[in-house]
This record gives sequence, C-alpha cells and structure tokens, in this order.
Amino acid sequence: MNPLAAVGRTFLGFLEVAGRLSTFAGISVSHCVRPPFYPRLIWRQIVEIGYYSLPVVGMTAIFTGMVLALQSYTGFSRFNAEGAIANVVVLSITRELAPVLAGLMVAGRIGAAMAAEIGTMSVTEQIEALSTLSTNPYKYLVAPRLIAAVLMLPCLVLVADIIGVFGGYVIAVHKLGFNPAVYLSRSWEVLEPLDVISGLTKAAFFGFLVALMGCYHGYHSRGGAQGVGQATTNAVVSASILILASNYLITEMFFAR
Amino acid sequence: MTEAVPKISVRGLHKSFGPKHVLRGLDLDVGVGESLVVIGGSGTGKSVLLKNILGLLQPDRGSIRIDGQEVVGMPRAEREQVNRKFGMLFQSAALFDSLPVWENVAFGLIQGKGMDRKAARELAIEKLADVGLTADVGNLSPAELSGGMRKRVGLARAIATTPEILFFDEPTTGLDPIMGDVINDLIVHCVRQLGATALSITHDMASARKIADRIAMIYHGEIIWHGPVADIDSSGNDYVDQFIHGRAEGPIRMEVRSA
Repeated sequence: MNPLAAVGRTFLGFLEVAGRLSTFAGISVSHCVRPPFYPRLIWRQIVEIGYYSLPVVGMTAIFTGMVLALQSYTGFSRFNAEGAIANVVVLSITRELAPVLAGLMVAGRIGAAMAAEIGTMSVTEQIEALSTLSTNPYKYLVAPRLIAAVLMLPCLVLVADIIGVFGGYVIAVHKLGFNPAVYLSRSWEVLEPLDVISGLTKAAFFGFLVALMGCYHGYHSRGGAQGVGQATTNAVVSASILILASNYLITEMFFAR
Repeated sequence: MTEAVPKISVRGLHKSFGPKHVLRGLDLDVGVGESLVVIGGSGTGKSVLLKNILGLLQPDRGSIRIDGQEVVGMPRAEREQVNRKFGMLFQSAALFDSLPVWENVAFGLIQGKGMDRKAARELAIEKLADVGLTADVGNLSPAELSGGMRKRVGLARAIATTPEILFFDEPTTGLDPIMGDVINDLIVHCVRQLGATALSITHDMASARKIADRIAMIYHGEIIWHGPVADIDSSGNDYVDQFIHGRAEGPIRMEVRSA
C-alpha cells in the first residue's frame, strides 16, 4: 500500500470532520440567537450544569489550592521566598487552574452526559421524531445546552476561584504558620481585574467547547450502544484536548507582551 | 374532467449511500384519504423512501410532491410548515425518554402549535383514551411501558395534532400477534376517524392486509407491483407471490454476506 495514500486519506478525513464540526457549530450558534427560545430547557440545563457541578468543581478547587500552597512552600523555602506563596496561589488559581480544571471536570461530567443522552436519542430515532413534530433538533437539543454551558462555566469558575484561594489560605495559615491578615492582604494586592476576567473568559469559551463536543458527538453517533459509548469517549477526549490547546491561545491573547 | 392531485406523489426518486444505490428511480402515488402499504424485504429501501418523503433524508434525484407542492429542495422553514401535515409512528415508537407519557403525546401541540400546556395535557389524555390507555398512564415515564403500550403512545402522539397524512414504519414489529392485531385495528380506526391519508411500510402481511386500501411492493429500490389489497393474492407477479407466501425459493434472493 502506498504510504502517501494513507497520509492523504487521514488528512482528507481530518478536513471532513473539521468541516462537519464547523457547520454544526455555525448552525447551532445561529439557533442560539434566533427565536423561538426554550427557557424551560435552558433553565433545566443551567441547573444540571451549574448547580449539580458545584460539588465536583468545588472539591477540585479546594484540593488544588491546598496542594499548590504546600508545593509552593516546598520550592520557595529553598530561596527564602515563602512570602510569594499567596501571589502564586491566587494568580495560578484565577488565571489558569480554576478555569482549566473546572473545564476538564465539567467535560467529564456534563460533556459525557450530553453525548450519551443525545447519542441515545439519535440511535433510537428520537431526533428524527423531533423533526417530524415540527421541532428543530438544533434549537431544541443543542442551543439550550450551549447557552447554559456558556453562562454557567464562568459562574462555576468564580466559585472555584474563591474556594481555591481559600484552600491555599487554610494550608498557609493552619499548617505553614502564615499570618492570616498578611496572607490575605498579599493575595488581594497582587490580584488584578484582568486576572479574574481572563479566567472567566476562558471559562465561557471552555463551556462552549464542552457543550459543542458533547452535542456534536452525540448527534452523530451511530451503531447502537457501542456507538453511544464511542461518542461519549470522543466527546470527553476532544473537549479536554481543545480546552488545553485553546487555554494556551487565550493566555497568549491576554498576557503576551 | 381534471384528474385529482395525489396527496403524495413520488417520481424518479434516487438515493445512494456511497456505492450502495438504495432507491433507483422509484415512482409512487398515494391518493387523498387512501391507505397505501409498501411491502418489501429488509434492505429494499422502504425506510429510505419514508425518510425521503418526511424530509429526514435528501434524495439525490427525483421529485416528491405533497398536495402538488414540490418539497425536494424546499427551504427548511417552508419544509417545517409542510411537515405540520404529518404524523409519524416510528418502528421503535421513538418516545422521548426525558418526558412523561402525556408530554410525549402533547409534544407536537406544545412545541409545534404553541398550545398552552394545560390544554395540551387535556387533549393528550383524550388521545391516550382513543388508543385505549387510561389517564394515569400519562404520568408514567416511557421506560415504564411495555412494547404494546409504547406503540399505542406513539400512535397517540402521531394523531394528536390531527395530521392530514399519517406514516407508519413497521407498526407491528416486535409485538406478539394479538397485540399486533390490536395496533392494526387502532391504526385503521384512527386513520378513518381523522379522514387522513396513510402511508405505511411493513413486511408483516397480516398487518398489510388489515390496514391497506392498496399495496405496493418495493424491490431493489423500485416499485415492482401495486394494486388493490384484494388483488395481492392474484398479482401474477412472482416476486410478490414469493414475498407474501414467505418462500425461500423464488426470484428474490436474500443477500447473505459471508463473515
């Protein structure tokens, strides 16, 4: 077999998927801004994505903040720079760790659930049934999930920011013996609005990616239970990779000098 | 005298999936108020034909007219208006798992026609009664229903919006013969009550004989015979004879791929 042919086939396959995904995203976004809207469905997704993800995101944030304080202390104490722990914790949490980890956790929890639910609907003809009932599947299934995810991820990340910084504070004050007032004032002094805004912007974009990947892979799943399982895996993996890759690009956009 | 416009008219319909040519220039007419059943073996193109008419698939070539109006290539918004004339019972019933039974039945009324939820619920309970289900079934989840009940709910959903055209995809598949006959009776009853045009696809001859005014047989993506249901046993067509008698020997060869 000609190896060039295999490369060509792979490349064409990639272009096909990229084209299909772009079209899917374009149609979905257009339905997010055109009536009719489904407030009841959007609310249901807001509760599912925002409220029910709080424990997972909160636990991730608090343990991350705690570990970050502990590891920073281990590293900085070698250079007598323990005072920088508060700076490292607050900047790392707000700029990077809270949005990325919340995005990844929500991709695992919500992206997988979206792919499984829409995938099951696809293989059991429920999406076709929607069309025969004069209901656009993009508007009914995809748009509410996209809207809710874009709105809710920043809220989750804001909560994760607070909990993550609190986790670092608990370790710094109760285990490492920092003065609480000094630690808090250092955290506050170093924090700038752009740090939080960049994290929330990332969160909104990650929310879009998680919902888009979940809906896209679910919508195009074929072949029964195995196809739904594959769609779920693909949704989580592709959303996670896109989150990590786009995180770099957004960071570059905000902070590159 | 002018000839009546068929409710559904299909001409020269072609549809391929990659190298597989499923529909090969299919022609079909369904008159107003008529119940036509398309019979044929698995993989002959019955479901593809139905999905093309419903707009779920786009044909490669050919014409589909509903009430004389060409729907192939029609903009999506206009197509959704045409689809309001349709009601469909899917093979698996395709009930929405996330909604209770009553909301499944009322779905087209609430989402499609913008009806108030309370009024839609009352109408849904009436439609459930039409298919022999009690009001308390309305509060159940689709997962709690038996196969026969799911079909009944699917039928109630199909007729809830009082459609002009009803489609039935293998309505008795997966049911025991008695429940299959009950569903057939319900289909006949509902179609007559609505005065609707019906297009069904099935390979169940008992079902076809019961619900059809006219039968058409599809083979290799073309209609090879059609006529009144009373003529099916004297069609003079070897393919039809083999199919309706369920014989392994005859001109129809089942495609069996070796592993």
